Amino acid sequence: MKLSNWLARDGVERPLIWPCVTLALLCALNLWVNPHFLSLRMLDGHLFGAPIDVLNRAAPLVLVATGMTLVIATRGIDISVGAVVAIAGAAAATILATQPVPTGSLIAQALLAALIVGVLSGMWNGLLVSFVGMQPIIATLILMVAGRGIAQLLTAGQIIPIGAPGYLFVGGGYWLGVPCSVWIATIAVLATAALVEGTALGLFIRAIGVNPVATRLVGLRSKALVFAVYGFSGLTAAMAGILISSNVRSADGNNAGLLLELDAILAVTLGGTSLLGGRFSFAGTVLGALIIQTLTYTTYSIGVPPEATLVVKAAVVLAVSVIQSPAARALAMSIGMQMIKQREVAR
Amino acid sequence: MTHPASEPNPPATRTPPSVAATVAVDGDVDPCEPILATTGVSKTFPGVKALQRVDFRLFPGEVHTLMGQNGAGKSTLINVLTGVIAPDTGTIRLAGEVVAFASPQEAEAAGVRTLYQEVNLCPNLSVAENIFAGRQPRRFGAIDWPDIKRRAQAALARLDISLDVTRSLDAYPIAVQQMVAIARALSVDARVLILDEPTSSLDDSEVAQLFKILRHLKQSGIAILFVTHFIEQTYAISDRITVMRNGEREGEYLARNLSADQLVAKMVGHERMSERLREAAHEASAPGGTERGERAASAFIELRGVGKRGTLQPIDLNVERGQILGLAGLLGSGRTETARLLFGADRADSGTMLVDGKPVRLRSPHDAVRHGIAYCAEDRKKEGIVADLSIRENILLALQARRGWWRKISRQRARELADLWIERLGIKASDAEQPIGLLSGGNQQKALLARWLATDPKLLILDEPTRGIDVAAKFDIMDRLLALCANGLSILFISSEISEVLRVSHRVAVLRDRRKIAEVEGKASNEDNIYRLIAGSGE
Repeated sequence: MKLSNWLARDGVERPLIWPCVTLALLCALNLWVNPHFLSLRMLDGHLFGAPIDVLNRAAPLVLVATGMTLVIATRGIDISVGAVVAIAGAAAATILATQPVPTGSLIAQALLAALIVGVLSGMWNGLLVSFVGMQPIIATLILMVAGRGIAQLLTAGQIIPIGAPGYLFVGGGYWLGVPCSVWIATIAVLATAALVEGTALGLFIRAIGVNPVATRLVGLRSKALVFAVYGFSGLTAAMAGILISSNVRSADGNNAGLLLELDAILAVTLGGTSLLGGRFSFAGTVLGALIIQTLTYTTYSIGVPPEATLVVKAAVVLAVSVIQSPAARALAMSIGMQMIKQREVAR
Repeated sequence: MTHPASEPNPPATRTPPSVAATVAVDGDVDPCEPILATTGVSKTFPGVKALQRVDFRLFPGEVHTLMGQNGAGKSTLINVLTGVIAPDTGTIRLAGEVVAFASPQEAEAAGVRTLYQEVNLCPNLSVAENIFAGRQPRRFGAIDWPDIKRRAQAALARLDISLDVTRSLDAYPIAVQQMVAIARALSVDARVLILDEPTSSLDDSEVAQLFKILRHLKQSGIAILFVTHFIEQTYAISDRITVMRNGEREGEYLARNLSADQLVAKMVGHERMSERLREAAHEASAPGGTERGERAASAFIELRGVGKRGTLQPIDLNVERGQILGLAGLLGSGRTETARLLFGADRADSGTMLVDGKPVRLRSPHDAVRHGIAYCAEDRKKEGIVADLSIRENILLALQARRGWWRKISRQRARELADLWIERLGIKASDAEQPIGLLSGGNQQKALLARWLATDPKLLILDEPTRGIDVAAKFDIMDRLLALCANGLSILFISSEISEVLRVSHRVAVLRDRRKIAEVEGKASNEDNIYRLIAGSGE
């Protein structure tokens, strides 16, 4: 096939190509700075190395972004997930703090409580969006603000340290040489994808995102489905909250998961899910989350001064967004194609 | 004006290539140079040759109607003329000069103004703002509101309409919105006015009003390109007709030299087909009269005093098994409102509903679908298609919704079912996986019909199912529905075309001002009778 034809094939056919290219470019940059970037070492039966580090740190973002993917596919948005992360961590820590040396059953209770408050938070959002009919951004803004308050009330304004080994294992332990958080995020994404794509949920969610009115008129209970999607987003946020609180060994109502909602939205969009609903990709979301985490890693590894980190990050995000915009690509492509064609003609 | 030397299947009436441009196709002398003309325009979409070397010409001071079946290339041709899409080959001339509009705005600036099938206005803005949006008159740099108001009223007055132009557009019915769109198109000097199925949401008196306006515009020298599916309307207004078929220009004719039968035959392309259509068209009263009437009627669904405050006065209505009940009435008479209550899309606040003799409460479409009720909504774009999803997904959506989310239709079964319905209803698509939004209006309508027929419903509510569909497809669809009725399907049929309602319905309920005013047997009724009832003089 001619190169120009290959390039001209629509992004719809291969929606993941641009996130892949971006991630590969970031990795190449790192390899250039540090030739050992991709190398892995085995130490005490644990895998170590930059890729593992990126995966480990990206795990909470992957979880939150998975829930966010479905929310955005219904043409909604959930900006409360950062606050839900804090609530879930606070709930778990508060329960763990009731015993000096928490027993196994207490740890199980703490985990369960964190997940339940997460789902309840999501259901609150779903109630406002789907049955009260509020705009998603406003509806979830309420919990975004109130959630931090709830988390601080739970922790009485303090940072609660967590010392239970069983709980710390979730976010800091290793299984088969790989961090537990990586296992959890992987399984969660695969299970979600299987649930959504293995049933008709995927079709229904996309239909709701494109045309909610028509979808209701085919006899779908679209309100219940949207409600469930927000509940699910709460669940994945709570799982991320458990990982984060376990990883930093404390629950901080103020700072846990701060601005995580924005990273999650960014990850989802970088992965090619349309903010206008109707199209989503879990693989794309995972790639998006990895891009963000690799980018953070890169700013440190290439020695960007800490005060410039955010600006550099923003510049790269802008560049990535431009690369992924079909209009910008069409412009670049028309220039590129002419050059390629000229070369092909010359041959 | 040049014609390519080698045209496939040139119709008998086509001008020989050698004849000078001033001689028209039927031998009449052309009034003057065409204001807008295309030569050899072609456009290919992935898998579809939408236009193939189309020559088209539009003369000032006449109404030129573009006819053709769904997917014949009418919309594509209009999109080419108005700069929405660029042709692959061929040239467009405006007043003799070659033009290449890069956007609809450029075409508008050159005086080619277009009114699309769906009203493309902002419902949340006022009428006056809609008429002048984007070109508000300014005074000292600020928008001159009093002037806008005055000029908006003047623009509407040209159309014999007086509205409160400061009210928001959505306060008015669709038909009025359409008039506002025309006022907008005419508020700037137009040389060419393109109307893409402007009458599909208008009732008869509104159509008459529109035609009056068009005749007036014609006299002032504006060239009008008119696209419609209504044959009667074509003859009421047209001077010239161009027939499109399968992306090619079938021929250009003077309206007075082309009979309706010939026209249909040329659109459809088979003489055999036209025979069948003529028979169907001449079939006066309800189908199969006695045979169907004799079947013991048992109600599938009964409404007893079902109504909703502010929407529909309580009505009694029965739809019998295997029968077609027509709903006749003007826009806003309560036709759609009845359908929505029957489907649970709106909740009734009075009366009882019986399905198979058992009282039911339909609180949502979900409930209605479970009782075997299906509803093809009037507004195809807003309430029907899910534009970004594929044709296959659109067809299977209702069936899948009925099965529930956990019982997914397998990939292979889905493909088989979609292909089956695409074939059965003759949906023209290159690929079942392409987004349904890319289909022409009539094919979308067929796909929606397929969506519901795939669920094997017991009652099918059709709200204006043939709007924007060409004649051949219309009869085709009605034929299929009659066949399904014979197998026990009940249909509630809503249409603005009284003759159509009468042709297919066993009984007709007549609505006026949100209440049912009469119910007549299909056989006992004629059009005049129903018109009298609707007009309120037949009681």
